[in-house]
Amino acid sequence: MSKESESGVGSLQRSGFVVRKERLYGRLIAACAVLTILITVGIILALSGRALSFWSQISPIVFFTGTNWSPVIANSYGVLPLISGTLIVTVFSALIALPIGLAAAIYLSEYASDQARSILKPSLEILAGVPTVIYGYMALVYVTPMIDSVLPFSAQLIPPWVPVIPEFTFVMPSLGTFNALSASIVVGIMIIPMVSSISEDALSAVPDSLRDAGYGLGSTKFDVSTQIVVPSATSGIVASYVLAISRAIGETMAVTMAMGMSPQMPYFPNVLKNLAESSQTITAAMVQIAGADSLGTGPTYEAMFALGMTLFAITLTMNVLAELVRRRFREEY
Amino acid sequence: MSESDSAPKIQTSIETGKTDSAPPETEDVVIESRSLDVYYGDEQALDDVSMEIREREVTALIGPSGCGKSTFLRCINRMNDMIDVCRVEGDVEFSGKNVYDDNVDSVALRRKIGIVFQKPNPFPKSIRDNVAYGLKIQGFDGDVDERVEESLKEAALWDEVKDQLDSSGLDLSGGQQQRLCIARAIAPDPEVVLMDEPTSALDPVAASKIEDLIDDLAGEYTVIIVTHNMQQAARISDRTAVFLTGGRLVEYDDTATIFEDPEHQRVEDYITGKFG
Repeated sequence: MSKESESGVGSLQRSGFVVRKERLYGRLIAACAVLTILITVGIILALSGRALSFWSQISPIVFFTGTNWSPVIANSYGVLPLISGTLIVTVFSALIALPIGLAAAIYLSEYASDQARSILKPSLEILAGVPTVIYGYMALVYVTPMIDSVLPFSAQLIPPWVPVIPEFTFVMPSLGTFNALSASIVVGIMIIPMVSSISEDALSAVPDSLRDAGYGLGSTKFDVSTQIVVPSATSGIVASYVLAISRAIGETMAVTMAMGMSPQMPYFPNVLKNLAESSQTITAAMVQIAGADSLGTGPTYEAMFALGMTLFAITLTMNVLAELVRRRFREEY
Repeated sequence: MSESDSAPKIQTSIETGKTDSAPPETEDVVIESRSLDVYYGDEQALDDVSMEIREREVTALIGPSGCGKSTFLRCINRMNDMIDVCRVEGDVEFSGKNVYDDNVDSVALRRKIGIVFQKPNPFPKSIRDNVAYGLKIQGFDGDVDERVEESLKEAALWDEVKDQLDSSGLDLSGGQQQRLCIARAIAPDPEVVLMDEPTSALDPVAASKIEDLIDDLAGEYTVIIVTHNMQQAARISDRTAVFLTGGRLVEYDDTATIFEDPEHQRVEDYITGKFG
């Protein structure tokens, strides 16, 4: 090897040392990539082993159609109330985050001056970096009391001649300490940065030539933003939506703190009533089991894996969906 | 050919009462710039440009790169508003109204003055929606499909796309895309169509189709075209303006005069290819 290095800079001689070094680097990098795959496979295997063991004791039909989740007290393993809790938080947080996040993205990409952008983008990133436990705390300590203090006024806004039928009208005399509404609000706020930053990337990628074409036809800035730039960036926007929704589905800490631990089937037809009350998501139920004493044994413990498997299937489906949408709507400008 | 259109502009036609060897269809001035200076930051892009553009003629703007011809074009419909550092001094009058007056709405102005860009830029929408876009945002209350068909026919594209109006405009070839952009620009029936080197990104066959098209459009619209291609200017334009470096309009006359007997030696040198 020393002979090779002596041969100098100008030598065309292939250095065995360099070749071996390159090969080593290549393998180290490949090992890191393979590690992530192995971990994913490991998680799936661990989850599915215990989950199958659970489903051999409790029929999957009972699990997926049962309307009562009470693993410790009643040994009742119906997952529907948990799915309902998850869906309520997901839907209402999406109602908050998707429009606001897209509007923020449009502002950042189309309207904001460089100065405004230089303040707003880091702020959004800070919002994304707030630990979720703080969001849960905020919901519990600030959001719920704040809404509670406004609610009596809102009830007065309903004209007296409107008949109040509790099954159909959204009348909330007061919020529970734990409630789905404030949980949805903070999860919504939590996922706004995800929607806005990915959407903004998509909007900024729309070429200026399309904006010029729009302005040249006598479009206002709003016309150009909403009728040209947004439709041209559909794939990225939808991808941001799906990722944000996945995040809302998987969110744990904030919903556990803000929404409590009482599994609740939706009230039909007035699902809004669920917002005022405590509920439990799939993730919160897993936290509850993991925190209990029964670790390591029994169907209750294994139910955690069945829930994990269910959650994993839902978020995996969402991610696949995001990828399909991205491919379907991708535009070559 | 259009008595009704020329009637209200008698006053301006008197001002330009120049007689030409090849009489144009009308001598009404539709656009007039006076002492127009444009700056990008500290750099001057146009220097004291005054010219009158006549209705229903094809006016070509030629000159070497960076001479300000595209800048002049974009001043007419205020596309330069989008550039922060751009500053305009002087007047550009459209139908007797200075478009840089404070009370002029640039959006309304651009609805009367369409523009076609160098690189075809159809929206990632269907062919139909591309052409209908301008109608939609301008609140067109007639039969949209009929107007789309008319515009595509005017742009000599109808026969090629009539069976695929719902497919994406991006699936067309470059030349077809540019004709689609022309159809899109003329669909809302503007008075003036600006063209910023519309054929420079196209192959010669596609370019010659666009040239034929511009010839046809001149009967109905005022066309102002920036081109690098002097043969193109000679073939399709009625009047030619030669910009030379420094953003100065050096000579502006009938195309035949510019190409056969220009007044300035520098223009002759440019046209015969001695520089540029």
